[in-house]
Amino acid sequence: MPVSSQNSQLIYDALKSAGVRLVSALPETWLVHLVGLADDDPEMILVRLAKEEEGIGISAGAHLAGVSSAMLMQNHGFLASVNSIVSLAQLYRIPLLMLISFRGEFGETDPWQTEGGGVTIPVLDALGIPWKRLDSPSVVKKSIQDAMTLSSANLRPVALLLCRDLMWEDAN
Amino acid sequence: MKRIDAIQAIYPAIADHVVVTIMGATAAELFACGHRPNFFYLEHAMGLASSMGLGIALARPDLKVIVLDGDGSVLMNLGGLSTMARSGPPNLVQIVFDNEVLLSVGVSFTTATADVANIEGIARESGVPRTATCKRVEELRECVDMALASNELTTIVAKVEPVGPKSFFIDPHMLENRFEFERALRRMGDSKPIGDVNE
Ligand SMILES: Cc1ncc(C[n+]2csc(CCOP(=O)(O)OP(=O)(O)O)c2C)c(N)n1
Repeated sequence: MPVSSQNSQLIYDALKSAGVRLVSALPETWLVHLVGLADDDPEMILVRLAKEEEGIGISAGAHLAGVSSAMLMQNHGFLASVNSIVSLAQLYRIPLLMLISFRGEFGETDPWQTEGGGVTIPVLDALGIPWKRLDSPSVVKKSIQDAMTLSSANLRPVALLLCRDLMWEDAN
Repeated sequence: MKRIDAIQAIYPAIADHVVVTIMGATAAELFACGHRPNFFYLEHAMGLASSMGLGIALARPDLKVIVLDGDGSVLMNLGGLSTMARSGPPNLVQIVFDNEVLLSVGVSFTTATADVANIEGIARESGVPRTATCKRVEELRECVDMALASNELTTIVAKVEPVGPKSFFIDPHMLENRFEFERALRRMGDSKPIGDVNE
């Protein structure tokens, strides 16, 4: 599979060293290795979601109960979760580390990903969510730690966009 | 049965545990029975009280978590029942007050439980290992006691009349409630959160 297992491992290790103990996920192709790593790790609680917005509730509960969590989803899952982000995470000042695979950018071959790809950043901006693109292995560890630090300080959601160049091997 | 009478009857059993309630009428009725720092009133984010309860139950296996839910809220997050069931935390009890309407919006907009849907059936077929439907206060009280003693994920549907409180007043501000609740959880129970580095 051309999904980068090496970079998935890098992301996973960075999540763990940032203190993440619970991951809720609704994957797509790019996220399969990450979900597998969480599943194989006895120290990680993996919650397989039926719909992404459940993950906002689960992370809110985990946070209030003292556990750091992260969400794994694609940008369409983020778009599907907007009300829960606004009405729970933002309204109640819940830190939320969202790892969003960023489909529909330059190089996208699936026509159905392209509309969502075009509106992802405008929607993040409209919600006032700080975001950063992860497009090279060299930025992964520090960006994930920095995102966690900011979100724990301002008690708000943050987004890391997992980009094609990082996740998909034959893109290079 | 009236929901306020039902909440009053189960209050002694739930008061020392973690309680997450849905917005509006249910929140106000729980508040009227006596506020506790270990009660969280999830205003506005419809459907997510059960997901929050799941997050807490997974993070703190040493605590018992009770979610006071509503038929409209459950129907808005039906997938959440299957997520709850497959995660299967034994320390989570969901009580769904099924009044067959969206009461808190002030109108009698009926939900599907008024004519076709059966939440206990949906929960059972979603894989929740213990389910029940209660129509009387006494029955509910017994069911809740049994659920708390059982150490098994439970969904109880309490069929209630479509009546609510006159006011939805709750004293702690939403954010005050959020921080107080977080602090209360830290003081409760006998263990630290899972994976706590200071364990
Ligand atoms: C996404 C969304 N849609 C609509 C509302 C408005 N709303 C607030 S409470 C409520 C009804 C909740 O119904 P139920 O869970 O059955 O509880 P009840 O009010 O009957 O106690 C609705 C529709 C909302 N808060 N969020």
